[in-house]
Amino acid sequence: MKSNTLILHTAALFIMPLQLMFSVFLLFRGHDEPGGGFIGGLVAAGAFVLYAFAFGSEATRRILRVAPRDLLAAGLLFAIVSTIPAFLSGQPMLTAHWWELPLPGENYLKLSTPLIFDIGVYATVLGTIMTFVINLMESDE
Amino acid sequence: MLLAVLSGFLLAIVAPALHRISGRYIGWVLAILPASLTVYFASLIPDVRANGSLVLEYAWMPGLDISLNFLVDGLSLVFALLISGIGTFILIYAGAYLAGHKYLARFFVIMLSFMASMLGLVLSDNLITLFVFWELTSITSYMLIGFNHEDMEARKCALQGLFVTVAGGLALMAGLVLLAIMSGSYSLSEILASDMALHEHAFYTAAVICILAGTFTKSAQVPFHFWLPNAMAAPTPVSAFLHSATMVKAGIYLMARLNPSLGEGELWSQALMLFGAATMFTGAYLAFSSTGIKKVLAYSTIMALGTLTILIGVGTELALTAFICFLVAHSLYKGALFMIAGALDHETGTKDISRMGGLRKSMPATAVIACLAALSLAGLPPVFGFIAKELLLESLLEAPFWSVGLTVAAVASAVLIVGVAGLVAIKPFFGSTANTPKTPHEAPFGMLVGPGVLSLIALLFGLAPFLPEGALLQTAVGSVNGSPVETHLALWHGVNVPLVLSMGSLALGLSLLAGWRRIQPTLYAINTSGARFGPEAGYFRLMEGITIVAAWQTRVLQNGVLGLYLLLLVAVTFGLTGYTLLTKQGITLALDLTDSHFYEWGIALLLLAAAVFASATHSRLGSVASMGVLGFGVALTFILFSAPDLGITQLLVETLTVILLVLVLFKLPEFVNLSSPFERYRDLAVAAFAGIVMTLLILASLDVQYFETISSYYVENSGPLGHGRNIVNVILVDFRALDTLGEIFVLSLAALGVLSMIKLKAEDQHKP
Repeated sequence: MKSNTLILHTAALFIMPLQLMFSVFLLFRGHDEPGGGFIGGLVAAGAFVLYAFAFGSEATRRILRVAPRDLLAAGLLFAIVSTIPAFLSGQPMLTAHWWELPLPGENYLKLSTPLIFDIGVYATVLGTIMTFVINLMESDE
Repeated sequence: MLLAVLSGFLLAIVAPALHRISGRYIGWVLAILPASLTVYFASLIPDVRANGSLVLEYAWMPGLDISLNFLVDGLSLVFALLISGIGTFILIYAGAYLAGHKYLARFFVIMLSFMASMLGLVLSDNLITLFVFWELTSITSYMLIGFNHEDMEARKCALQGLFVTVAGGLALMAGLVLLAIMSGSYSLSEILASDMALHEHAFYTAAVICILAGTFTKSAQVPFHFWLPNAMAAPTPVSAFLHSATMVKAGIYLMARLNPSLGEGELWSQALMLFGAATMFTGAYLAFSSTGIKKVLAYSTIMALGTLTILIGVGTELALTAFICFLVAHSLYKGALFMIAGALDHETGTKDISRMGGLRKSMPATAVIACLAALSLAGLPPVFGFIAKELLLESLLEAPFWSVGLTVAAVASAVLIVGVAGLVAIKPFFGSTANTPKTPHEAPFGMLVGPGVLSLIALLFGLAPFLPEGALLQTAVGSVNGSPVETHLALWHGVNVPLVLSMGSLALGLSLLAGWRRIQPTLYAINTSGARFGPEAGYFRLMEGITIVAAWQTRVLQNGVLGLYLLLLVAVTFGLTGYTLLTKQGITLALDLTDSHFYEWGIALLLLAAAVFASATHSRLGSVASMGVLGFGVALTFILFSAPDLGITQLLVETLTVILLVLVLFKLPEFVNLSSPFERYRDLAVAAFAGIVMTLLILASLDVQYFETISSYYVENSGPLGHGRNIVNVILVDFRALDTLGEIFVLSLAALGVLSMIKLKAEDQHKP
């Protein structure tokens, strides 16, 4: 299943990169403003679904580079990895750890295990939806 | 300690890579880990002897009272040493036995995980963690037994072992929870330290039955013994490990561990003695009447497990000393004998004892080791097995009750076991040379070092029993007893009743052995015809029954009519909710609409219109689209009432749902109306009922507050504790991250479920 309209093709090519960037933006700002891994993952999935509608599932697989179900595994792995710092320092599971990296000027880059965890959520959500969509699209081909 | 337990899992992860690097020396390389663990555990001995027990703490999920605390005392240390010590030799042995096997790397992955689970089991202080490791051993042993997964028989046996042990595991979990309720703690060290009279508690009987159901299935007690001989489908190194130090000993460990707390009740000791005695005798008898060398050994393990159970049940200081000695002796000789059996199988090409003979000429080293190990099995001097057996008989003679019956059973088993030892050590190696499928020659060094060292240790312990006694055994007996015990192990006790009984059983056993060739076929025939009424037949009937019930309930409940599922779900959910609402709360109809805005009314009307359209339309696409409108309306409501995160999520989920539904709709046939008017009115009634209950529920929730709201806690603490201003996100990834972790696992499982459904469907269609 893929559409052959010029409008959708052009729009998809323009919108998808923007939407992906927006999803990453949502992911990173999630801790302070509306957003987060779940919403970010959904937006990213929306971008890929749009692309899939325009160019078909084969092309979407290529642009994703990894199999959707590997995204699932990667997401769960990220979430598990985020528990390791707490584990090593002998704290209860999923205790948050924060590291602040100084940047030029007066800014700090805040890195944390919740962020790693959120990236895991992002990848899992994206992987789930892409597994659904791509396989459903391919099942009738 | 945490690292000691988890290192097996970590090594399992890198084992395949190591296999590629080290090639045929993989067994030796991997054995470094259990060897160093043995040294580490041995280094804890002085500390444990001085303090009685050590508790190493690590709070894992304190909110759920689940910790990764480790309890190290005499008993757990004996087990840890056996697991890691014998594990070392098993890995070396497996490297040689399975050399060149195409799944060797996979074998080591499972084996190491199994070993680590077993270590976790015997070292856990927390009941929940103990249970998790317990189930891990069931799962990993399932994969080990079914390792030759292309063999139908192996798969069946593995599944049988899994079903039996996991069914027991479920009972065990209930028992452990009851135990925790009774004693008020999930920590073993606290339970053992408290001097509460647990056997007077109302839950005592239930807890003991549940826990014993778990330990009896795991430790293959009659009538659950049938899974163990079938587990022989596993490669020999697995059998050697499973039987000597792990898996079946897990149940024994737990009984010994809980003996100080639960052992005061009569139910406990009587059940253990009764089932133990039945198991001991059945095992010895079946061992003597089998021909396959691994079967013989497997049944003799059952006999040993029965003996250990009896000794815990008797529970006197002498009996517990005998328990620890028998445990160590059995682990040493059984590990050795299984490895020998594997070597024989490997070199001669047959497992049938009656087809072996005169092998001492071609396999002299194997013969010497086998004889040494068999001495221990038969309980003859000068090896450690002799001391254990003397103690066993002595403690049964002095048992507080049922002493005569137990002694008779033990002597009868001893007679048979002497015969069994002869079968294993004399029959294959002496007498005239028999023709075997392969021309036999000496087993490789890797396959002999394990049994050799284990047999020598048994000999050393026999000649100098004060060495293990002083080091650890006395402390171990103390931890099974609950208070320190003075033990006096010696090879020579003088001429006394146990010695006379031993000698008598030796003579009888040897004469039985002489007639084995004549008796065995008769016994075998009796066993085969009796098996129709045995517990294994019961197991198969039960499994058939379950399949029939499952098929029936699937036909009735899971009949594929989605409308019916939905109807039942909605009716039951809202029926129960409505009932609770009416009885607990009553109906509130007050609703204040004075400060509502016109746009809120607009959204409400939009929602209503969309809902009506969705249920009335004949076009699938139309109803999906109007469902989308419904969702967007709800999202709008979220945004109006300042819940932007929810709003955005709802918006995105709605969009994607519509897309997914459209994708599925393409595959559906034309819309036809299949339901009768009656069915449609019934559905309407249920839907209206659900709507009314929901409305009443919301109205009620407006002016009732049962609990103080916790949102203020999150509002106040998300900044200082969670370093974030977006409360929703801080809750998701920090405060309640464990929930989120569970949710993303569920999400992934759902994705995999859908994936397999689509793929399976596609494959079906490709078939002609």
